[in-house]
Amino acid sequence: MTPGGIAFDRVTFAYAGTPVLDDVSFDLPEGEFCLLVGPTGAGKSTLLKAVNGLVPNFTGGTMSGRITVAGRDVRGSTPADLADLVGYVGQDPLAGFVTDEVERELAYTAEQLGVAPAAMRKRVTEIVDLLGLADVRDRDLAALSSGQRQRVAIGAALVAGPSALVLDEPTSALDPTAADEVLSTLHRLVHDLGVTVLLAEHRLERVAQYADSALLLNGGKVTAGPVGAILAASPIAPPVVELGRLAGWPGPPVTIREARRHATALRSTLTDLHTPTATAEAPVGPPLLEARAVTVDYPGGVRAVNGVDLVAARCERIALMGRNGSGKSSLLWALQGTGTRSGGTVTIGGDDPAARKPAERRTLAGLVPAEPADLLYAETVAAECAGADRDGRVPAGTCAKILDDLVDGVDETAHPRDLSEGQRLALALAVTLTAAPPLLLLDEPTRGLDYPGKAALATRLGRLAEAGHCVVVSTHDVEFCAEFASRVVVLSDGEVVADGPARQIVAASPMFAPQVEKVLPGWLTVAEVAAALGTGDADD
Amino acid sequence: MHRPRREPAARMSTRTSTARPTMQTAARHTAHPVAWWAWALLLATAAGRTANPWLLLLIVAVAGLVVTWCRGSEPWSGAYRVFLAIGLSAIAVRMAFYIVFGGSDGPTVLFTLPSVTLPEWAAGFRLGGNVTAEGALAALYDGLRLATLLVCVGAANALASPRRLLRSVPAALYEVSVAVVVALSVAPQLVASVGRVRRARALRGNTSRSPANLMRTIVSPVLHDALDRSLALAAAMASRGYGRATGIPAPARRATSASLLIGLLGLCAGAYALLGTTTPAPLAWTAVAVSAAVAVFGIAFASKRVPHTRYRPDRFGARDWAVVASGAAAVAGTVLSGIYEPSALWPATNPLAMPDLPMWAAGGILLATAPALLVPSARGGTP
Repeated sequence: MTPGGIAFDRVTFAYAGTPVLDDVSFDLPEGEFCLLVGPTGAGKSTLLKAVNGLVPNFTGGTMSGRITVAGRDVRGSTPADLADLVGYVGQDPLAGFVTDEVERELAYTAEQLGVAPAAMRKRVTEIVDLLGLADVRDRDLAALSSGQRQRVAIGAALVAGPSALVLDEPTSALDPTAADEVLSTLHRLVHDLGVTVLLAEHRLERVAQYADSALLLNGGKVTAGPVGAILAASPIAPPVVELGRLAGWPGPPVTIREARRHATALRSTLTDLHTPTATAEAPVGPPLLEARAVTVDYPGGVRAVNGVDLVAARCERIALMGRNGSGKSSLLWALQGTGTRSGGTVTIGGDDPAARKPAERRTLAGLVPAEPADLLYAETVAAECAGADRDGRVPAGTCAKILDDLVDGVDETAHPRDLSEGQRLALALAVTLTAAPPLLLLDEPTRGLDYPGKAALATRLGRLAEAGHCVVVSTHDVEFCAEFASRVVVLSDGEVVADGPARQIVAASPMFAPQVEKVLPGWLTVAEVAAALGTGDADD
Repeated sequence: MHRPRREPAARMSTRTSTARPTMQTAARHTAHPVAWWAWALLLATAAGRTANPWLLLLIVAVAGLVVTWCRGSEPWSGAYRVFLAIGLSAIAVRMAFYIVFGGSDGPTVLFTLPSVTLPEWAAGFRLGGNVTAEGALAALYDGLRLATLLVCVGAANALASPRRLLRSVPAALYEVSVAVVVALSVAPQLVASVGRVRRARALRGNTSRSPANLMRTIVSPVLHDALDRSLALAAAMASRGYGRATGIPAPARRATSASLLIGLLGLCAGAYALLGTTTPAPLAWTAVAVSAAVAVFGIAFASKRVPHTRYRPDRFGARDWAVVASGAAAVAGTVLSGIYEPSALWPATNPLAMPDLPMWAAGGILLATAPALLVPSARGGTP
């Protein structure tokens, strides 16, 4: 066993009688960047938290086996005692910040450990330089961008000089640029500091290229191996691996560069087939939503949305893309009429939603907020549906039926907060659809969903659009956008910088292009390629 | 290395960093938070020693001047205005109480309210009845005094955030200060959470105002949220070493806590005795001195054993002493006036008369504007 890294030896963990980890053994050598892969709810967070003692100290449950980090036995220690050994970074950095300034936050762990002030200043300065935070070291945490915040959280975990760093979906709330910023920093840290990194992430397309090895956690069992081999066997894999699997490329390739090397043959096969560009549908029907010169100002002179024009018809599937803080949410809320609108006009089917009472407004436009749980109050799913029927003054059972059409197997007696992310989103969507709004708005719906979850969501929303809804989704998930959207609107600093058919817009932008497009220009998803190859031969 | 991709990010951070350059440099140069709080509390003490409206208004003006000149652009800098509003409402409440329940009265009746005869045991109170100019003036002075105290606290809040003050507390109070800092950061989060849940409620078309409905659709989700967040914070703090085994024996810890508590209670009692007029001054000063000694002993004893260290503690320099001294000048002025011109400090309202301006006190209070000159303006001098 290597003394430097993270080692699990026959670890079994059960929570309230339900086994989560079943006889898990693996051994990560020192300085390894390891990716933890698995479907939603497989227990990835549990495994990560076991490394620094949050499981079982904070969660309860029964654990057996042995976990060592840098040769030190972790079992039986509290997370506080392990603070000098393991750094832990969660999904939402704001939720874990203790202080309100960057430097104080970075110094917090060192203060707890009683590091001498001179050494602490040196350490904080080093971390600030390593993570590229020099510009913002005096700033309030609240004034930072989300990518900077996540880098502060990583820096704060590193100040104590831990041997291992554990990260639970550190980029799930970040836009592609910010995520890249965080991950490349992390990659450099592994080289510079020799920290062992164990990272769980749903958006594998972002992370896979940085990892040295991978762990697959499925059904409580762990398989360890090289990234390509693990992803090939995993039910959850990024599009480039799916493409490799489909085309039978050896490896399969994990990065775009590797895939491009293999792609020549497939490209020529595909050019003989009809290109999907021809199938791009033109918008139909008269406009449903007409927004002109919409402006949203917040107190303090912040202009979140600046003169946006947006016209959309029924059956359109629009993805609203842009960096964090580009005004996507503010625009959605302003379109729905509940949020602030400082200027401009919005009409939905000729009516201004902001002039209507909330109960009538929701029959014009429904919005599923970024936190779907905010829409849910009741103790059980059944009560929630009944409440939605009452709110919408529709016959009893309407909401339950919509939910049934959206997703199978939701336990009627479960508490909405106990549902999986995908089920909770479906319930919030069903509650919104009970009012039958022609315009449906969703704010960042893909957070916490794995690839099958996102594919299911794209299919559901596609069906709703076919049924005559106009669906607008704000997202920075390029892979979801490729599967879902017929039209893409890109926002930057509150203004529309691009608007057009999805295929054109994403192909023109290196930031928003999906992986398949990068390997096979002109094609967006693996499903498209598979459908095209289904008629041709796929044996190259 | 993935250099090329990092460019846009670097560009973005340089752009945002130029947004608040003045604040960054100024944050370093403002006075020590303890100095600001001492200055403001001394000013409040001066206000507590007089009911002269000129002096009180002068104190409000001095506090306002220093706040506009020296405050930064942090979120808490608006506290002065909030406290000014609270002060005005304090005057209004005091006035309403006088009109309804009465107080000291005089011969000049302004108007008469329908009165209620109270039973024997409530003699000395009235409900309604004559409202006199003398009584109203006395109530106004009283309300103004309370308002001035509040404004002084507001000035302290605007000049030095409570968080910065907490950073300067002795190491022994570390755990307490962390708890308070966490509580302070939870408050705005709670406000944000209420806003979010209310907007979501509008999405459901729910506009009912019945308490049961509000409880279920706002209070309960917000509490859910707060609970989730505090668990997340507790986990994060633990992961970062908060509450490591400290190695202080329990009896020693209890002894220090007890001496701290006794000391602080003694300080409160002593301060009350000092501000009041019934306790002989020597006794009050002794109480303050003894309890201060007990508290200092407790803190010093405990601080030696605390295993935590501080990152870049604020230093207390000559300028900070000057700020404190200028506040002390205001108190000294009222003390001198108390000796040489006591009647001007507590102007009579019956018969009605224009109060005089006590010179010693006014001079002392004017000296308290010194920080405006001593401490560089944090925002280039614009209010």
